[in-house]
Amino acid sequence: MADSVMASDLVKKSFRVNKFPHIWCPGCGHGILMRAVAQAIENKGFDPDKVCIVSGIGCSSRAAGYMNFNTLHTTHGRAIAFATGIKLARPELHVIVITGDGDAAAIGGNHFIHAARRNIGITTIVFNNSIYGMTGGQYSPLTPMYDLATTSPYGNIEQTFDLPRLADAAGATYVARFTSYHVREGIKLIEKALDNKGFSMVEGISQCPTYYGRKNKKGTTVQIMQWMRDSAVDIKKAREMTSEELSGKFVIGEFKNRPALEYCHGYQKIIDRIKDEKRKR
Amino acid sequence: MRLMMGNEACVEGAIAAGMRFFAGYPITPSTEVAEKASERLPEVGGKFIQMEDEIAGMAACIGGSIAGQKSMTATSGPGFSLKMENIGYAAMAEIPCVIINVMRSGPSTGLPTSPSQADVMQARWGTHGDHPTIALAPSSVREAYDVTIRAFNLAEKYRMPVMVLMDEIIGHLREGVDLPEKPEVEILDRKNPDCDPADFRAYEVPEGDIVPLMPGFGDGYRYNITGLIHDDTGFPTNSNIVAGKLCERLMKKIEDNADDIAQYEITDAENCDVLVLTYGGTARTVTAARKAAPDSGFRMGMFRCVTIWPFPEEALRACVRDNNIKHVIVAELNYGQIALEAERILKNDAKVWHIGKIDGDILYPNEILNKISEVIKHG
Ligand SMILES: Cc1ncc(C[n+]2csc(CCOP(=O)(O)OP(=O)(O)O)c2C)c(N)n1
Ligand code: SF4
Repeated sequence: MADSVMASDLVKKSFRVNKFPHIWCPGCGHGILMRAVAQAIENKGFDPDKVCIVSGIGCSSRAAGYMNFNTLHTTHGRAIAFATGIKLARPELHVIVITGDGDAAAIGGNHFIHAARRNIGITTIVFNNSIYGMTGGQYSPLTPMYDLATTSPYGNIEQTFDLPRLADAAGATYVARFTSYHVREGIKLIEKALDNKGFSMVEGISQCPTYYGRKNKKGTTVQIMQWMRDSAVDIKKAREMTSEELSGKFVIGEFKNRPALEYCHGYQKIIDRIKDEKRKR
Repeated sequence: MRLMMGNEACVEGAIAAGMRFFAGYPITPSTEVAEKASERLPEVGGKFIQMEDEIAGMAACIGGSIAGQKSMTATSGPGFSLKMENIGYAAMAEIPCVIINVMRSGPSTGLPTSPSQADVMQARWGTHGDHPTIALAPSSVREAYDVTIRAFNLAEKYRMPVMVLMDEIIGHLREGVDLPEKPEVEILDRKNPDCDPADFRAYEVPEGDIVPLMPGFGDGYRYNITGLIHDDTGFPTNSNIVAGKLCERLMKKIEDNADDIAQYEITDAENCDVLVLTYGGTARTVTAARKAAPDSGFRMGMFRCVTIWPFPEEALRACVRDNNIKHVIVAELNYGQIALEAERILKNDAKVWHIGKIDGDILYPNEILNKISEVIKHG
């Protein structure tokens, strides 16, 4: 495997093993995604002292506490706003946000689009399990239409966000999606997201067998992951498919990689210009 | 001598105190704080960012402090309401930062350009849960400078959010001020650990210290910060014992040091007929009334709070007892918020009266004098 360290070494190095067992249910996809993030950081060879993991509130956001970096577990929806402060105050840090679909796209939706618009150097990984897991299965802005949740007992009549398109339109310079089935691809995508100096958004589709899966009769975790395997289409392939062929499928892979001036760099230029003008005077 | 408004003096004080990060969202009558910060910070190598809302402004301000920079935000009324959840986060996670709230007339959008002092109880209890609060209120442009420096010092010393409760009167008041080249008080900084990172316990209070040591993210101590109840190591726990201990420690660090935080000014309290308790911009009205009082045939004392929270209760009680004062009038631009506090503190010592306004106007000296006459006549 291309991974630079064995899984068990990675666990010892990148996780706070004394905080295990974690709080997640058996079969939850969040642990798989968390490991993918840790592996990507490891593969990049970042100094762990310079890595910050910032999260909001939710099952997904609990990942931060298990990871052996500078970790900040904030308030619901606000992780990206806290992360903006850290990044701008100390641009040399690698600032990574781990957030849920509710955390990022409902209560935190405004921060999400504005951080993307500023192209500030934050890598945001959205653990999308199509539901509010932590509060017991209410619908989120990413719950598919007509699906069931504890607050949509007759079926959800709201449209979902398409996060990659939202991030792209808002100005993110790197955008990708993977699933908890496609971990190897996911690690590569997160590495590229970490390479991008500006705002990156990687959506990781996760499974919540406890609430979303059970409510919607999606079967066991294995069956949900088989569904991910069979329904995900890589973007390169999807470009050659008709909309009929794509119906019932979803697209994964790299949606956008178009670097642009990062916010903190832009700010530093102002500081340098003022210093320069002062010197000349 | 420079002519400047209170809002600008705040920024100068903040920079003198070492503020190098500001995140906020514009709102009348605090906007000049953000404007001035955006101009001044890059000149000193600091950073300013206008966030998408006040919630984000507060969050980014806390983030800046976690990254090791002294950080500030500024707002008024509606924005102060939006900041509340994250102010509680800073109190719980013990993150030093300064919040300037230039009080305007409410409730809701209210009278955006008019003064008030009606956020004093919100400052104390606005965020949910029991938590400590430090709030200071300046009464002049020069004091806005000094109080902001002090706010940073207290934030760093006690590791918590500190509020500067300006009001529109002081925020927009222009006065000629002489600002010192260098701050006249010692500038305090949070204490960093120097132990082996492996031995670092992020929320353990070292012997002889008031608060835990605080490294910045990136300094080599990889620790966890959370708004959940956490143990000495900074990780969440559901233990009632740990929860009780943590919450009590947060309250006690302020309670036990109330004397250090208290700042107030007592004028003409000896042999006065009535003591007027006031703060912020209203103290200027009360001062004018006090000077005119002898002509009205009575002696009036003034107790001016600079520290609003924790309320300087020992000092107020002592002032009333030592001078055998029987009547205390609280003058403030609200429906009687600090008057309630004074009633509680002085219930065995003096009768407490209130004079206030909630129509967006200020109090005038003759209104204070009339109130005193009324109290003397009927009291
Ligand atoms: C201000 C606020 N509102 C509501 C909540 C309750 N709450 C906690 S987690 C959560 C939803 C989390 O869902 P998501 O972000 O999708 O993460 P998941 O648990 O599914 O991983 C909600 C509504 C809260 N903690 N704070
Ligand atoms: S409730 Fe769902 S999202 Fe939360 S831990 Fe359980 S499976 Fe995972």
